[in-house]
Amino acid sequence: MRTVTRKSRLAVWKFASCDGCQLTLLDCEDDLLALAATVEIAYFPEAGPMNSGHYDVSLVEGSISTPAALEHIRAIRRRSTHLVAIGACATAGGIQALRNFADAAEFAAAVYPQPEYLRTLATSTPIAEHVPVDFELRGCPIDKQALLEVLAALQAGRQPVLPHHSVCIECKARSSACVMVSRGSACLGPVTQAGCGALCPAYGRGCYGCYGPQEAPNPAALSARLGALGVGAQTMRRLYRTFTAEAAAFRAESERHGA
Amino acid sequence: MQAYPGLYPVAPPQSAGPEPLMTSALAPPQVLTHAGFDALLAELKRSGHRLLGPIVRDDVVVYDDIESTADLPRGWTDVQDGGHYRLQRRGDDALFGYAVSAQSWKPFLHPPGQRLWSARMRGDAVQIQPEPPPSERMAFVGARACELHAIALMDRALLGTGPGDPYYRARRAQVFIIAVNCSVAGGTCFCDSMHAGPQVTAGFDLALTELSDQSPPVFLVHSGTTAGSAVLAAVPSAPANAAQIAAEQTILAHTRASMGRKISSTNLHDLLLGNLQHPSWTEVGERCLACGNCTMVCPTCMCTSVADVSDLSGERISRSRRWDSCYTSEFSYLHGGSVRHSTAARYRQWLTHKLATWHDQYGSSGCVGCGRCITWCPVGIDLTEQVRAIAAPPAG
Repeated sequence: MRTVTRKSRLAVWKFASCDGCQLTLLDCEDDLLALAATVEIAYFPEAGPMNSGHYDVSLVEGSISTPAALEHIRAIRRRSTHLVAIGACATAGGIQALRNFADAAEFAAAVYPQPEYLRTLATSTPIAEHVPVDFELRGCPIDKQALLEVLAALQAGRQPVLPHHSVCIECKARSSACVMVSRGSACLGPVTQAGCGALCPAYGRGCYGCYGPQEAPNPAALSARLGALGVGAQTMRRLYRTFTAEAAAFRAESERHGA
Repeated sequence: MQAYPGLYPVAPPQSAGPEPLMTSALAPPQVLTHAGFDALLAELKRSGHRLLGPIVRDDVVVYDDIESTADLPRGWTDVQDGGHYRLQRRGDDALFGYAVSAQSWKPFLHPPGQRLWSARMRGDAVQIQPEPPPSERMAFVGARACELHAIALMDRALLGTGPGDPYYRARRAQVFIIAVNCSVAGGTCFCDSMHAGPQVTAGFDLALTELSDQSPPVFLVHSGTTAGSAVLAAVPSAPANAAQIAAEQTILAHTRASMGRKISSTNLHDLLLGNLQHPSWTEVGERCLACGNCTMVCPTCMCTSVADVSDLSGERISRSRRWDSCYTSEFSYLHGGSVRHSTAARYRQWLTHKLATWHDQYGSSGCVGCGRCITWCPVGIDLTEQVRAIAAPPAG
């Protein structure tokens, strides 16, 4: 029988991101008491308490986009037993990874009056590109039930029960009409990993690919069909370069449709 | 048929070919007006059935809860092709003038998710709470011949001869089925090739044929069971005349002649299993998205996976099953990895099981020719084309 010896120490870290994923933790309203009974939230600037030391679980939000972040993520890895990357930024570079396809210095010069004060990297990259990651929780933002499932699984020492297959399987399970087949809309569902409950197609929109590529993505075959439906090269490129542009399969496919 | 011993326990041989026509009808056909049909639905509702039937939602015909004929897709038909579905006006008031709905009855008999049990741990004690089977009575309004064949195939697999699946059994046992003979064939339909339609032959309580060009439009009704006869007897109807009975066969002949797809079903078993290395598998694997849509909409794809989850405290545990698909990597995950790691291998597994090894396992094909896998494949992969490609000698 399982006995709880002590609460797990949980830390929540932020890199280049919008905060939406870490706020998902605070959004777990009905489960916050259960969470507090199981874990000690030892570091969570967004919520208040701050402690130092070693952490059983570090939830890491955001992408690596500065030299300081590069150092920081290595320190976090050393201080964490389990490191879980949460959200599209931490797992695929996020929207800010669009800089990877352009000149970051040029962007900086256009935005800031004195860009020489900025210390920024030329790219925005996922956490796993810099340190070993124990689990990647996808989404933009992540789903709170999925976050609780990851924490419960870590607590129990089991694999999280989360899908790696396409969004289509969730879309069909909720009996939504396929927007691609019934309306000719562009949809990334067939190449995107499930986890959102096929939210956008349920509201008549094509999938934006927030959860990044599914386990066996075939974007070239999808693009061929989208092309036949009238999607041009520029739109195609943008489709694959929204929330998870740095994910390998989407990046490669976007590059097939121009720079 | 060539034997492939050891693949599956061999099922007793089933008679091939079409089932006998509606000789099982208990009484001569009756004629029902739209008002009479509404009275019939009200009667089923009164006797405690949840009415499920076709409705138009998000530009698609789907099965959902209905109250009366006012909810049915009056005047709509569907245009279907590989990866393509659109609704169109028919120019009349037909209630069942579309070919085939987006999803079959599968979700109602074998839902996408089903909890099997839950447990609670208190100290060292574990309390297991089984999930009771549902007790709902459902009435399926507008089931097509292909769908009844699909339900019969699911019955064979999920009820079988052993204890079967208690959840499926509980739902299935209470279903009242109002079938409809198809008055149109869709662009991706090939039930005629699979001997699974368009005429409803068995597995119904009542079977309708919509005579929409009569004034007023009426339904020809056959009873298939005593339960069907009893419901029909409770509402006003009249005996059908010879012209109306003849009209039914004319409609069915027209439907049979306008199937959008065809497949040669002669010995698909040996053809497919004898060509497992055919280059067209690789070719289709390049086009296939491995998205699983074909298996989700297939009325006979019933595979599930089972997962256990625990809550944060570790005190509450539950086991659930959900629809799975042979297109996912976890589906064939054994120790160390997925047995079928290429998409081509997964597609081949799906098609060869559906059209070939299903015969070894259950004594018949697993395909009823509804065409949903063709229509709802986002890239329009067509199993009838794939069979033709396999049948053709490889180039070079």
